[in-house]
Amino acid sequence: MTPRTAFEKIWADHLVADLGDGTGLLLIDRILLHERTGGVALNSLADAGRTVAAPEQVFATMDHVVDTRTGRTDATLMPTGTRFIAATRAAARAAGLTLFDLDDPRQGIVHVISPELAIVLPGLTLVCPDSHTCSQGALGALAWGIGSTEAEHALATNTLRVGKPRTMRVTVTGRLGTGVTAKDLALHLLDRFGSAGAQGHVVEYAGEAVSALDVEARLTLCNMATEFSAFSAFIAPDEVAFDYLKGRAYAPDGAEWERAVENWRGLVSDPGAVFDAELTIDAADVAPMVSWGTSPQQAVPLGRPVPHHSAVAGRDTREAYDRALDYMGLTAGQAIEGLPIDAAFIGSCTNSRLSDLRRAAAILKGRRVADGVKAICVPGSTMVKAAAEAEGLDRIFRDAGFEWRESGCSMCFFAGGESFGTQERIISSTNRNFESRQGPGTRTHLASPETVAASAVAGRIADPRRTGA
Amino acid sequence: MTPFTTLTAIAAPLIRDNIDTDAIIPSREMKSVGKTGLADGLFAGWRYTAIGSREPDPSFILNDPRYAEAQILLAGANFGCGSSREHAAWALAEYGFRAIVAASFNPIFRGNCVRNGIVPVEIDATQIDADGPITIDLPRQTLTSASGQHIAFAIDAEAKAMLIGGLDAIDMTLARAAEIARFRDADRNRRPWAYL
Ligand code: SF4
Repeated sequence: MTPRTAFEKIWADHLVADLGDGTGLLLIDRILLHERTGGVALNSLADAGRTVAAPEQVFATMDHVVDTRTGRTDATLMPTGTRFIAATRAAARAAGLTLFDLDDPRQGIVHVISPELAIVLPGLTLVCPDSHTCSQGALGALAWGIGSTEAEHALATNTLRVGKPRTMRVTVTGRLGTGVTAKDLALHLLDRFGSAGAQGHVVEYAGEAVSALDVEARLTLCNMATEFSAFSAFIAPDEVAFDYLKGRAYAPDGAEWERAVENWRGLVSDPGAVFDAELTIDAADVAPMVSWGTSPQQAVPLGRPVPHHSAVAGRDTREAYDRALDYMGLTAGQAIEGLPIDAAFIGSCTNSRLSDLRRAAAILKGRRVADGVKAICVPGSTMVKAAAEAEGLDRIFRDAGFEWRESGCSMCFFAGGESFGTQERIISSTNRNFESRQGPGTRTHLASPETVAASAVAGRIADPRRTGA
Repeated sequence: MTPFTTLTAIAAPLIRDNIDTDAIIPSREMKSVGKTGLADGLFAGWRYTAIGSREPDPSFILNDPRYAEAQILLAGANFGCGSSREHAAWALAEYGFRAIVAASFNPIFRGNCVRNGIVPVEIDATQIDADGPITIDLPRQTLTSASGQHIAFAIDAEAKAMLIGGLDAIDMTLARAAEIARFRDADRNRRPWAYL
């Protein structure tokens, strides 16, 4: 048999019908919804007189516009946010699907809770009207973000009509250095190959450095595949993934678990399988990264200055480059390390899991956030928050001067409510540094949680390897 | 969905790369749990003088009277990146855009366009002479400018058929409900753990 990529195997397993010209009717195993886009899709479906075909395969959570301050209720800082919460709750109940509501111990950011509850499993097709759904490919699933109308399609039919994406393998040889994280690897790829680097491809991350990552770090790496313009990301499921999933809420158990694992072991790309594109990088070339502009490809290793236009001319037009510098209040050649910050944010589906919080806490322990810096930590799920509190991480964050919040997307994006403030400079563990992403006029610098923690303490963008844990 | 065959219309040039969906429709403008009432918020961050204001910023292209009737948008590469919010396509359609020309599109956004009757025309828009009306012929997959430029573009057959027919993908798939049910039954035996 011709060697196949793991993606091709999953595609073939789910292909209900070939619709011609590279389009397939694919079976969808899991649908996830959140209150920002889920209520609209469910209401529109009901308005059209259609029903959810398999509600037991559908899960909804409240994460995007919910308040994350202590003692929260349905009230939100987003002017009409409560309506989104109420509409999603009502529609989810009417449709009979599983809802992780505000007071549910399983509530959290959709891409954080799905892995921790094992809603996502290797070899499944999983969709969500949210671009960071690609994160979940870290567990060997084919998981991708869709629009609302497509979500209605999946809800009504258990399928989607999908143009078959091309495949790309990104091989990372060697091992990441000490203090270099999956986030830095994701930003390194964006800096090196541009935000259109994986345009429309399913990207399989492979190589020694990827295999060596734990599941939470793999989720971080795959999370930013959408910033890389990928259709989705994928990491072949292995013992690390199986160990992570075993015993979790929606994982199979007993004989079914054994049978599943046997099947999952086959979800690897065969030797000799041909990808439409291949990139190979050496992990030793990856350093802690920080973004300087308003696109995630505008990133540099910490310690390097803002590049001159000539260095990035292949990717950024002069206009885009000038616009980014002007917006960020920076000049060509200016040092980024040492830049004074106004705020520090640890959270988001990129970096808000227990291991992220542990690494940040290791830096914050016994230290204080610099005067004048607003520092916020938002655990990615209520379960992450509880686990962190059980080991005392909340104390470390609070003692350092961080706000310790309830789980949600919070200030990863501006929903119309809470903002960091115009021209405020934020070091952030999130995934997008677009104009006004964290509030009108805000200036976001993306980095790993440890860089955020080290910078919060220094009051300036700082290298965590020099702060030390 | 309104079927699309050919369109001759004014094209507004907004040639910036990486225009993301939050720039197209800022999150703060998505106030209601629905698909309508979004045209007013289209490009709100650039179109108005200040956040929350509705005073047109004269320097923004869509506020230029020459483009008041534009139904085609010429944009930079990687158009529609960022959040998957379909509100971006809804806002563009409600405003009156029927086609967007860009060197490349974000894949989710491209799908959202097709599902809302907007033709994603993959051509480097910087090459196009935007003086005078532009004609987009979807069956022939060509774009013709007033000055006589004639450029072919690619679009996959499924998207093309849906746009030309104004088809609803859900109806098309529901016609295969029995086939889907048979597939699921067989699959349930193969992969029981996938079924909750
Ligand atoms: S944390 Fe941020 S990027 Fe992730 S799903 Fe929420 S808003 Fe989107």
